[in-house]
Amino acid sequence: MVEEASRTIDARGSFCPGPLMEMIRAIKAAEIGDVVAVLSNDSGSRTDIPKWAQKAGQELVAVQSGEEGDSILVRKVK
Amino acid sequence: MSKKLLIIGSGTAGLMVANLVARQLRGPVAHRDIEVTVLGERDEYVYQPGFLYVAFDLWEPDSLRRKVADLLSPGVRFVHDRAERIDAAAQSVTTRTGQTLQYDYLVIATGSQLNLTEIPGLEEGAHWFYTLEGALRLREALKSFEGGRLVLSVGIPHKCPVAPVEFTMMFDDWARARGIREKTEITYTYPVARPHTIASVADFADREFTARGIEIETFFNMDSIDAQGKVLHSQEGTDVPYDLLVAIPPHMGDTLGAASGLAEKGNWYPTDRNLLRVGAYKNIFAVGDTTNIPVSKAGSVAHFESEVLADNLVGLLTDGREPGHAYTGRAFCFIETGLEQATYISFDFAHPPTVPTPSRSIHLFKQTYNRIHWANLKAVM
Repeated sequence: MVEEASRTIDARGSFCPGPLMEMIRAIKAAEIGDVVAVLSNDSGSRTDIPKWAQKAGQELVAVQSGEEGDSILVRKVK
Repeated sequence: MSKKLLIIGSGTAGLMVANLVARQLRGPVAHRDIEVTVLGERDEYVYQPGFLYVAFDLWEPDSLRRKVADLLSPGVRFVHDRAERIDAAAQSVTTRTGQTLQYDYLVIATGSQLNLTEIPGLEEGAHWFYTLEGALRLREALKSFEGGRLVLSVGIPHKCPVAPVEFTMMFDDWARARGIREKTEITYTYPVARPHTIASVADFADREFTARGIEIETFFNMDSIDAQGKVLHSQEGTDVPYDLLVAIPPHMGDTLGAASGLAEKGNWYPTDRNLLRVGAYKNIFAVGDTTNIPVSKAGSVAHFESEVLADNLVGLLTDGREPGHAYTGRAFCFIETGLEQATYISFDFAHPPTVPTPSRSIHLFKQTYNRIHWANLKAVM
């Protein structure tokens, strides 16, 4: 099943604040149950964002690879 | 019929766009064929990078302030009032005093501000240097600081992403100069897995902080502050006690965006990262901190965005030319690494930054920029 994101952030080319910061910021502003997708071409995001989600107790929904970069989806659960 | 450019905001981005357009269109502006208006809640401009120096008692506040009217190019009208609502359909903005200003093109440059209520206990328990009042209060706290545990904690989103690193290294230098470093512990907390979001700055900070004996707490997002017990709690479940807490409060955009139905949560405007257009509107632009573009909220970004936007506006105002200049994510930030040394980072969407070896000459260059900023604002550089 393909998860639909409530919000998608194009963070490709973002070095500062960077894709992970965009994810944290968006999750903070989201409602519980929302899924946030961050589009990133920084290879570190594939590990950074899941690591943060685990540490922060949020749910990693998917890490999808595409031609234009990775799409990492996190659901706000708390 | 004259064409009307209305700019909301009298900060760095607002003034730069107004002055850059007015200087390129001197004749039409002088003849009132093109009207450039800045609508600003504040009639005084404050140079925010100076707050760091105020906190360490290196600068006096008066050197940071100028009247907005003194910073505008000839022909630019300044309306000292607060924008309360944008009516995109009617192409007008209503103000707190009941004025209605019409526009053909609108630039939103309302910046960002501190959200002091998001983290319980922050107002009572923390200091900050992101406002002039906060910097002055911190200056007094530092004057009476004789050692103990200094904690610098970073909230998000926030403007000037290198300022927390600067403060930490300047504080280390300052404590050494005062002879209290040996009885002072410094802890720096950061929301992600490394001490800065930019990999090269994180590596640099890691090396510098470790060499200077500064503790780093990563994956630390401020949750609440126990002002009585002097303990900072993180969302991740870590507690950090402090004697002096310097926080980087989370920021938010101006409520105008929400009141007008144009901004997303946090009051940031959904903005095209190249043309700086807001949403699907062809005649509304956002510039500086108030956008949702994934780029630093910083003066240099406001500056480089303003140059692109001003060139596009000149085309639109003169012959309706479609915007052809694109913002490419350009940013340049000095990083003070102590009281006498500095480095810098320069980057865009395609090129990540590197961190040159800090030097006294870069510090002096930064000090020079601090004094010529006013010419930059007036678009005479």
